[in-house]
Amino acid sequence: MSVPFYVSPEQLMRDRADFARKGIAKGRSAIALQYADGILFVAENRSPALHKVAEIYDRMAFAAVGRYNEFENLRIAGVRLADMRGYSYDRRDVTGRALANAYAQTLGAIFSSGGEKPLEVEILVAEIGAAPADDQVYRLTYDGSIADVQGYAVMGGPADQVADYIGEHYSEGISLAGALRLAVDALGHDGTEVRQLTPDQLEVAVLDRTRTQVRKFKRISEETLARILSESRPAEEATEPADAGEKTDTAETGASDGDTPVAPPADDAPIAPPEDPDDNRPL
Amino acid sequence: MDFLAGHAPDLLPGRRALGSGDLSSEVPHGTTIVAATFPGGVIMAGDRRATMGNIIAQRDIEKVFPADEYSAVAFAGSAGFGIEMVRLFQVELEHYEKLEGATLSLDGKANRLSALIRGNLPMAMQGLTVVPLFAGYDHDINAGRIFSYDPTGGRYEETHFYSVGSGSLFARGALKKLYREDLSETDCVTVMIQSLIDAADDDSATGGPDMLRRIFPVVGVVTADGYRRLPEDEVAALVDAAWSQRHRRPDGPAATSLT
Repeated sequence: MSVPFYVSPEQLMRDRADFARKGIAKGRSAIALQYADGILFVAENRSPALHKVAEIYDRMAFAAVGRYNEFENLRIAGVRLADMRGYSYDRRDVTGRALANAYAQTLGAIFSSGGEKPLEVEILVAEIGAAPADDQVYRLTYDGSIADVQGYAVMGGPADQVADYIGEHYSEGISLAGALRLAVDALGHDGTEVRQLTPDQLEVAVLDRTRTQVRKFKRISEETLARILSESRPAEEATEPADAGEKTDTAETGASDGDTPVAPPADDAPIAPPEDPDDNRPL
Repeated sequence: MDFLAGHAPDLLPGRRALGSGDLSSEVPHGTTIVAATFPGGVIMAGDRRATMGNIIAQRDIEKVFPADEYSAVAFAGSAGFGIEMVRLFQVELEHYEKLEGATLSLDGKANRLSALIRGNLPMAMQGLTVVPLFAGYDHDINAGRIFSYDPTGGRYEETHFYSVGSGSLFARGALKKLYREDLSETDCVTVMIQSLIDAADDDSATGGPDMLRRIFPVVGVVTADGYRRLPEDEVAALVDAAWSQRHRRPDGPAATSLT
């Protein structure tokens, strides 16, 4: 009788985590950023139909990276949970915390069950409050671990490099145009070369607390995006100094109130994206 | 709704055990709703009274609601089931929109409401009928459209204007004489307020404008810009004008010509 291979539980979990991390890092990054009037989502996404950012409920949105079929299932489950709760209780009783918990349970259960492969996804659940201080962003990883994020969060692709760039330039209470500019620039700083992303490569949405409707989620169309981006940088060189001025501002405010944004978990080891374009790679 | 049927059937209407007898005079009923199109959209208005047999159950009930961004729904009949139906309908439209990333067509929405009414059929047999009126802005033809229903879920498209509820006969009569196809939005609202006052004049279950408590009809306007509920003060101004005119002629405006 053959003796089954012994694999230590630690090794098993490590292998599963590596598998999921590699899958997620193959895609392109998505960013969530708190600005003065809400939360901005920017994702590099060449598909106009397959969304990485979506509405969940009145004040809640969902952003994900990784395998589309996997996070799309999670999104649908989230919308169902939220709508059913809102219908059986009240719209105010649908909270981001409850949804993040449900996601954490699902992801955790799948990660630790031996039968299924871990989901190669990373998701954000964001909820806006009445004031910026009440905003909540939860970041959930493939293993079901959950983190409460302040300021901004980056997932997928070379997340650490993008997050570093945002960390250097981000300031609390940034305007929508400023936040958009920063996020788009950050997505371009994901490798050794700086890329200039065009509006058709981006998916942008906001949770805007100034919207009069009950539902605060809004997608920003390509035309609007192009307009905002061209206003915030009419000519490449002309606005460089202005950007630099903003940078010093942000450094000061960031240091003075000591509320520097929390960087994503350190175990999010960056793995360089493959050089060759891979059609089958996760979003 | 299909998801609810599988996972939480107790949340759906139409699954309840039936009692017996006619309950129609023992629970609150909503009364008159009117809807009319104008160039650029459609308007829906409802009086504010709910009755329970001969008793006035509520003076300021609201029966006109946004169904989603580009449509409005109102109900006449059993208030409890009506409000539940509207809530479920709103959730369904929003749910579809979020899952599919696109809104249903106006006909799709109207058909969905049909199915909800049919679910209430057993209750309707006991006198707890709900008859909604649905109106919305159709982006395919850039105009407002109105759909009426019967208690079995039959769906009928109406041209220009329609009215449901106990005072609907009188309201429709008034609309027939006052309505023109080229009315402006404000004039159209005025015509509808006049028709509601006429309904209240002849139907005891329909509430006229309550001048003492300042309770006026709910008016929802749907245009290409979406659903908008007219602010209380705008409605109040139109009602006050109509009311002072009725001091001179209690039957309201006379038709301008006989030809």
